[in-house]
Amino acid sequence: MAIDFLYPEFEVVRDKDKCIGCRVCERQCANEVHSYDEDLDCMVADNAKCVCCHRCVALCPTRALKIVKTNHTFRENANWKGEHISEIYRQAGTGGVLLSSMGNPKDYPIYWDKMLINASQVTNPSIDPLREPMETRVFLGAKPEKVEFNSRGEIKNNLTPQLKLDIPIMFSAMSYGSISYNAHESLARAAEELGTYYNTGEGGLHKDFYKYGPHTIVQVASGRFGVHKDYLNAGAAIEIKMGQGAKPGIGGHLPGIKVGDDISKTRMIPEGSDAISPAPHHDIYSIEDLRQLVYSLKEASDYKKPIIVKIAAVHNVAAIASGIARGGADIIAIDGYRGGTGAAPTRIRDNVGIPIELALASVDQRLREEGIRNKVSIVVGGSIRSSADIVKAIALGADAVYIGTSALLALGCHLCRSCQQGRCNWGIATQREDLVRRLNPDIGYKRLVNLLTAWNHEIKEIMGGMGINSIESLRGNRLMLRGIGLTEKELQILGIKHAGE
Amino acid sequence: MSKYVIIGNSAGAIGCVEGIRSVDKDGEITLIASEPHHTYSRPLISYLLYGKTDEQRMKYRPDSFYKDNKVKKMLGKTVVSIDEKEKKVTLSDGREVAYDKLMVATGSVPFVPPMDGLDKVKKKFSFMTLDDAHKLEKAISPQSKVLIVGAGLIGLKCAEGINDKVESITVVDLADRILPSILDSDGSAVVRRHIESKGVKFYLSDSVKKFEKNKATLVSGNEIDFDILVLAVGVRPCVSLISNIGGKVNRGIVTDDKCRTSIKDIYAAGDCTESHDVSSNTNKVMALLPNAYMQGETAGINMAGGNVSYDNAIPMNAIGFFGLHIITAGTYEGECYTSSDDENYKKLFYKSNRLKGYIMIGDIKRAGIYTSLIKKRTPLSSIDFDLIKEKPQLMAFSRKSRKEFLAK
Amino acid sequence: MKRIYVDEKWCLGCHLCEYNCAFANSGKDDMSKALKNVKINPRIQIEEKDGISFAVSCRHCEEPLCVKGCITGALSVVDGVIEIDKDKCVGCYTCIMSCPYGAIMPSDDGVVQKCELCLKNSHGKPACVEGCPNRAIIFEEKE
Repeated sequence: MAIDFLYPEFEVVRDKDKCIGCRVCERQCANEVHSYDEDLDCMVADNAKCVCCHRCVALCPTRALKIVKTNHTFRENANWKGEHISEIYRQAGTGGVLLSSMGNPKDYPIYWDKMLINASQVTNPSIDPLREPMETRVFLGAKPEKVEFNSRGEIKNNLTPQLKLDIPIMFSAMSYGSISYNAHESLARAAEELGTYYNTGEGGLHKDFYKYGPHTIVQVASGRFGVHKDYLNAGAAIEIKMGQGAKPGIGGHLPGIKVGDDISKTRMIPEGSDAISPAPHHDIYSIEDLRQLVYSLKEASDYKKPIIVKIAAVHNVAAIASGIARGGADIIAIDGYRGGTGAAPTRIRDNVGIPIELALASVDQRLREEGIRNKVSIVVGGSIRSSADIVKAIALGADAVYIGTSALLALGCHLCRSCQQGRCNWGIATQREDLVRRLNPDIGYKRLVNLLTAWNHEIKEIMGGMGINSIESLRGNRLMLRGIGLTEKELQILGIKHAGE
Repeated sequence: MSKYVIIGNSAGAIGCVEGIRSVDKDGEITLIASEPHHTYSRPLISYLLYGKTDEQRMKYRPDSFYKDNKVKKMLGKTVVSIDEKEKKVTLSDGREVAYDKLMVATGSVPFVPPMDGLDKVKKKFSFMTLDDAHKLEKAISPQSKVLIVGAGLIGLKCAEGINDKVESITVVDLADRILPSILDSDGSAVVRRHIESKGVKFYLSDSVKKFEKNKATLVSGNEIDFDILVLAVGVRPCVSLISNIGGKVNRGIVTDDKCRTSIKDIYAAGDCTESHDVSSNTNKVMALLPNAYMQGETAGINMAGGNVSYDNAIPMNAIGFFGLHIITAGTYEGECYTSSDDENYKKLFYKSNRLKGYIMIGDIKRAGIYTSLIKKRTPLSSIDFDLIKEKPQLMAFSRKSRKEFLAK
Repeated sequence: MKRIYVDEKWCLGCHLCEYNCAFANSGKDDMSKALKNVKINPRIQIEEKDGISFAVSCRHCEEPLCVKGCITGALSVVDGVIEIDKDKCVGCYTCIMSCPYGAIMPSDDGVVQKCELCLKNSHGKPACVEGCPNRAIIFEEKE
């Protein structure tokens, strides 16, 4: 219907003087934007199909392409923005829930950018990380209350299972299904090389990846896909997924079309069937129920693996975290509202949950106040964009961070936020064989290693500037942070002073 | 230190030098040849005539070749006999050269059948050697009417070489088609049309009954006026050095897959030999430059103490006339697959799960993939035959084979 | 010796290698100038069908049938690299008949052309390898 016509959001701009008609753009666009017009003897574009993923731009050998946002407009209106109007047209036309991918893109405050890091001057010396040892190794897991001795006066090993991270960064849960085999292989190999962990997500563990087990966190989610004894014992830790920052309170749905042979085997569900993760775990309605699952998993893995409980950052996150710590979890993972997803209802993604910075500060504070901070480690995720974000997270009280979107960016993701369409031109969020092939793990894993190595250098540099030589001394060291442009309330929640104080 | 003597100075001989030197850097190599020239490529004489190459560029190897390979060359000298007991060869000037290992790469000479009145023709030429080409070039003029007897490779290459420099060319051949040794009748017709379009006139299934000084009368009764005659009826392998001492000779010198003759320490290569054609599983003379080189090289390596075999020879030809390219290989037997359009013609011959031979005219791209199937006797059941019929392509092979080809 | 190897597992069939090859051997310093309105005739060529694709270029064989069969001596092996002296070549196509990979092709100037690893053009190293977006073509030493 005419009402439903929406002018394309993006326009493909082609420099005809530069274009040599090699048709790489045409071959590389799974959205079929580009084509060769025989009558005109030139390349043409169907802008309506463009998702602005830049695959064509990046591969064009003569740099003849760019994508611009259209300047076509509705009549300007500060309240009824074009986005609202278009979405109403779409929903009025279809009657459907709007779907989106990746993290919340809305213009909410980003607290990372409102905190500044300290540096030493005169009174305590800064440290040069190129000349002096600098420790970024982290152990995740419960820490004992006190040192204990046996009758002969020897130290008793009262340590529960720990995860050893050479860098305070892990790859967050992304299932095989939501991302491709090659993306998974890249993450697994990078985790191995970097001395850290990647996370299977709720899609089970492909048989090819059992060999990366010592660097794998296996997830148990509400759908329990791919969960069996060998799976639980294959990884270095087990994560119970209670929630996800991009869609707190919502389950997951992998459409049957993406459940091919391999994924069906990995998830242990029939080929072509929809993989639906319920919103809740149907056996968990209380902290006590969660505790049962935690201990079931500990039993199943012979108390050799730390158990992680992952939750979305929501309003009463501090109280929930306290319950999780008391429920026997070794590690709490908190996912902020900017965390990514392969598909989520737009309204949920954009309006539910709270910023990870505030959640982290309140959880750390609450656990300290209750004297149980040592019982759990805290891992935060949900839009960690740089090493500076990591340093700030650790200073706010995190033990380590999870990165998802940043890792995908390293693999080539251009944040076009069209994952739900399954036609990822970069071979990441797709199961189409011809597209998956575009991500060569030999390249992908190396790029991940590069990124995290660079970040680790930067973390050391920033710590050195503060005169701190180990992550342990930075953790929860909120004196190292100052707020900028924040209200009293925000400063109070973050537990930091304002710049200048 | 071994003494190697090589008779000949073309592809077989050069292959032999390079074969020897790949094993033995120091042995004494003596190369004796009747022609006085630096080694040159005989097939290029037609290209020389129409200007696509020149004497410098048509050298088969660089000027420094003999020096680089420490070859003592005796050019312009002809070996008249071999003493296989004393292991020495005798030159026409009486000199003797001793050998430990001998290579006979004597090539072939034009074969001229008896023809009535031939002695009356003054300007008659053959077209085999550089000297032949020079003589012909001197003799022709824009007014020349050239008669070529023989519509085979040599005759037609000659026609191409001089077509722009003479008034007319007429070709006569007893066979019913041109290039009968390498083309079937349909393919031959395609090439014939092309050559005719350049002004060359053919009389086929016909022959010269009688020559007069400037006129030939054909069996059909046609009369052809000419002032230059080129005889390109055929060639005959030069086998006498071997046959004279009792070596085994059929049409050519018989060699085995090590390129040995039947006489101890004597090897042979090139147009003078007969070798095994794996496409037809018969022994035959395969007078082809690549074959000569391979035989020579194989012999050279074996002469110097190595142990290699040349056991996948097949007849094959790459040739072009006036811009129309032809590649053929193997044996034309078995079932056929044909495809053709206005400009291109292709025919594949296959039998007993093997590709036996092919003809490609016009579009000859990637023909070597077909050649390789014949030489390697690849079972057609192991590849996608429909794809390979369509065009030569590695896509027709298994993923595993392609990995062997491209990733190792 | 370093050679070009192709892994079809990673080939996207994007044909960039062909264009990079054509550009590297064009003698021009700008790809648009070099290839605008030009039907390219690259020395590396993609085969593709039903989702499988791979590039084919000279393998620089240790036992090169093209060199051994060359009737003019235009093809030779120089430090392991098979080179073509276009000045000597007369375009008889014996090499095309000989190459088991179909990696030698007629050139636009009436002779033949083949991959020479970009050693003789201004690029200096294989342009197909450098431009391959997915490392499907690599240039390395293998055992």
